[in-house]
Amino acid sequence: MNTDTLLIAGKTFQSRLIIGTGKYPSNAVMAKAHEASGADMVTVAVRRVNISDRSKESLLDYIDTSKMFILPNTAGCYTADEAVRTARLAREAGLSNWVKLEVIGDERTLFPDNEQLIEATRVLVKEGFVVLPYTTDDPVVCRKLEDAGAAAVMPLGAPIGSGLGIQNPNNIRIIREFSRVPVIVDAGVGTASDATFAMELGADAVLMNTAIAGAQDPVAMAEAMKLAVRSGRLAHLAGRIPRKLYATASSPVEGLVGR
Amino acid sequence: MTVLTITLNGDRYDVPEPVTVTALLESLSIDARRVAVEHNLVILKRFAFDQTLVREGDNVEIVNFVGGG
Repeated sequence: MNTDTLLIAGKTFQSRLIIGTGKYPSNAVMAKAHEASGADMVTVAVRRVNISDRSKESLLDYIDTSKMFILPNTAGCYTADEAVRTARLAREAGLSNWVKLEVIGDERTLFPDNEQLIEATRVLVKEGFVVLPYTTDDPVVCRKLEDAGAAAVMPLGAPIGSGLGIQNPNNIRIIREFSRVPVIVDAGVGTASDATFAMELGADAVLMNTAIAGAQDPVAMAEAMKLAVRSGRLAHLAGRIPRKLYATASSPVEGLVGR
Repeated sequence: MTVLTITLNGDRYDVPEPVTVTALLESLSIDARRVAVEHNLVILKRFAFDQTLVREGDNVEIVNFVGGG
């Protein structure tokens, strides 16, 4: 029985790994990767239905919604207004009031526009949304988001899809210290050790998409991420030893033969 | 038969008049339970699909969930 559950806005999740549904080689591979990951929350995007070509299969046919909580995002939105509109549509399409709030400020880096993000958070919280904003790894912005009513803060580890790993571990630690809501490291993970590192720093969860979907074997990587997140979480809870410059012997220094 | 022209997901689209949102979705083979519909910038509750009439020149957006991160 897992007692180390993730609690966001009164809802309990068994896994501290949250994964995406984009960029998989196929929906079938995605479904297998989801299974292997142990995740119980997945992100989705909101887009226009393709009117001229209705042949494409529905994403939801490949997500077991009895096990998976669907977290719609506002990816691709560049203003608070666009993001709010998308969030409202997502609520009607999915019948949940949760949203991963993204307001992008720059095309090349996909860094968030924090000013618009805070504004959109304020609006959506007033409308009863559970808002999980994707933000830069800035402790002050995270505090403002929390003050605006965010249910969690989701600082980036590195740019979306970059696979660079956690670029500013000190900020993630500071954000964890400052925050009274869960801290979810969102974006930038490249491989399992990045996820472990994020969890060791004290993150409450890690959200990733490309690291799994873009791996040569997404299903194997999904399992690796499941173990990595669990491993980092356990190490964080266990409390690591302090770093020291010089050695401390592990074996007794007395009783050596011939001395 | 009267034909009316609407803007559907950004494109010009002809529908026979009169048409409710429910009928429009049916004619497009779209499962109403899996989409959200915005009618002239107003997001419709699902129960309103039956009563909402699409008229000449209206703007309709139909969105669903796709893969994303």
